[in-house]
Amino acid sequence: MTVLDTPAWRPRADAAPLLPDPEPYRLLGTPAAADLDPALLSRLYGQLVRGRRYNRQATALTRQGRLAVYPSSTGQEACEIAAALALRPHDWLFPSYRDTLAVIARGVDPVEALTLLRGDWHTGYDPREHRVAPLSTPLATQLPHAVGLAHAARLSGDPVAALALVGDGGTSEGDFHEALNFAAVWRAPVVFLVQNNGFAISVPLDKQTAAPTLAHKAVGYGMPGRLVDGNDVAAVHQVLTEALERAREGGGPTLVEAVTYRIDAHTNADDATRYREESEVAAWRAHDPVELLERELTGRGLLDDAGRQRAMDEAEAMAADLRERMHEDPPLDPMELFAHVYAEPTPQLREQAAQLRAELAAERQS
Amino acid sequence: MTTATTAADRTAAPARGPATMAQALNRALRDSLAADPAVHVMGEDVGTLGGVFRITDGLTAEFGEDRCTDTPLAEAGILGAAVGMAMYGLRPVVEMQFDAFAYPAFEQLVSHVARMRNRTRGALPLPITVRIPYGGGIGGVEHHSDSSEAYYLHTPGLHVVTPATVEDAYGLLRAAIASDDPVIFLEPKRLYWSKADWSPQEPSDVAPIGRAVVRRPGRTATLITYGPSLPVCLEAAEAAQEEGWDLGVVDLRSLVPFDEETVAAAVRGTGRAVVVHESSSFGGAGAEIAARVTERCFHHLEAPVLRVAGFDIPYPPPMLERHHLPGVDRILDAVGRLQWEEG
Repeated sequence: MTVLDTPAWRPRADAAPLLPDPEPYRLLGTPAAADLDPALLSRLYGQLVRGRRYNRQATALTRQGRLAVYPSSTGQEACEIAAALALRPHDWLFPSYRDTLAVIARGVDPVEALTLLRGDWHTGYDPREHRVAPLSTPLATQLPHAVGLAHAARLSGDPVAALALVGDGGTSEGDFHEALNFAAVWRAPVVFLVQNNGFAISVPLDKQTAAPTLAHKAVGYGMPGRLVDGNDVAAVHQVLTEALERAREGGGPTLVEAVTYRIDAHTNADDATRYREESEVAAWRAHDPVELLERELTGRGLLDDAGRQRAMDEAEAMAADLRERMHEDPPLDPMELFAHVYAEPTPQLREQAAQLRAELAAERQS
Repeated sequence: MTTATTAADRTAAPARGPATMAQALNRALRDSLAADPAVHVMGEDVGTLGGVFRITDGLTAEFGEDRCTDTPLAEAGILGAAVGMAMYGLRPVVEMQFDAFAYPAFEQLVSHVARMRNRTRGALPLPITVRIPYGGGIGGVEHHSDSSEAYYLHTPGLHVVTPATVEDAYGLLRAAIASDDPVIFLEPKRLYWSKADWSPQEPSDVAPIGRAVVRRPGRTATLITYGPSLPVCLEAAEAAQEEGWDLGVVDLRSLVPFDEETVAAAVRGTGRAVVVHESSSFGGAGAEIAARVTERCFHHLEAPVLRVAGFDIPYPPPMLERHHLPGVDRILDAVGRLQWEEG
């Protein structure tokens, strides 16, 4: 008998059921799509069209100086919309900085969602109201928060799940590893959605990882990995819905890799022609998330020109409202800088607040 | 449960009489867990083992694994998870096993814990207590003796608290856990086994965070200190009597908020001050304190405010640490340099 035959060591789980399917899961354009609920598809379509328009409007606002910066999710709308719509009201969303679209699809006011990127404060919405955590800029640092919140919900006996969004670059961060490990050990009701859009700013995925797919990383933590076509909104929605349901029922976490593409540059300040070929972008444009769903809906007689126009009109109305409200200067109160540092300001902060108040008074007089 | 009783008895503080700082801290955790179901203790080895310093001894047996939890060995994950738990309404008390093991959690601390209230306009305060055994003097090998307070006190949004007595260990920890702000709770590990006659205070009587205390009144100079250096300063004040110096000693207890009033009042009474701490001098707490004392008390000062601190070197190996740590002689040397008039 070797030491490996003793009870001191044994594998904790069979790895095979955790492995992702080798091909990204798809629904649209497949026979299985026939079973999809037309009402759900219509909702997803309306949100996708709105989302695309929102990205275009927000990018335009950067050129008009109304946003400091905007990381567009054009091309990734299916992931953003599916993430928001797969959640139940009491679930929580943990977005990263490219996920304002998911945030507004969850119900947050678009102007409040853009507060961070406009720069009049950091988080413009009350996270508790729509159960949306602040947009997280330091990559993957929001993932352990999602795990902790899900763990707390489980300890409280609440049927609440958390959905955490991260990009392919974020999977290299230590917090990604620690979050997945904690989630699996605690069987926390959390789902991790990796939007693999091909690039971390300019660095392609093959310089980021040697894993067969990012979904395979799940196996090392003892959770299932799912691979899905990130431009197929119905497929992403279904995979996330199932994973969230499993999480709420005590089945533990899931890692979902959605294969998609960032059609725009990293932000308006980035030049994507320095690191990728236009032919690659064109190939992905041919696999467009809005068109994929449109084709499905049209083929099944669920969408005609009038329906398409209606969706575009609604999106246009949202954009017009956003444009109008973003052209108003946000109210700024410099004294608010001291308002939320602690529950009670320290004596030193009181002194500094008095200093700023005096400076403001002097400014007004001059 | 027999095991529970046995485990709890090992570290449990007596109702009154002599107790160690470790026992007082353990009692504060127990009382906090009992008083508020939102309180959760978590960290490495805090469960069955009771922590490497036994501060959490018996808590898992008494309150269950969900209230006192052995986590995976990953400090950023521990603190990051605590953020999410606090967002859901819990009150996590995190143990970092040693000062130098807390650094992986630094990003969570700086980027999220310290600023969540601020970035959400007050919507998401994070009532998290991060307990960190800190400082040297226990013969620890590399990475077990850092005084890391300067990193934390330079981060707006954190409170930084450190007890130096058995009674404060209990009172300040209860106050830290009850605070709606994140508190870095630095436990001077060389004082874990210090003893005092003690009985736990009522929650209404515990020391509030942000108040310094005069441990020894003095007329000729003031030693300003905190945490592990308090006993050294008291010893120095005792020895200084032979030189004819009547030294006062102020125990800050809280570095953030910093109690300028108490410190300035003490220094105005003597006109001379020395700040004493273990951590490196350059850019340390003493620099800030000396600057503030100078600003507040300049016209009362007879001499520049001096600092007695550890050298600006990586923490030395245990066989050399006595040369690094401020001792009575180094403190008295500094007092001697406070421009005393001849004859």
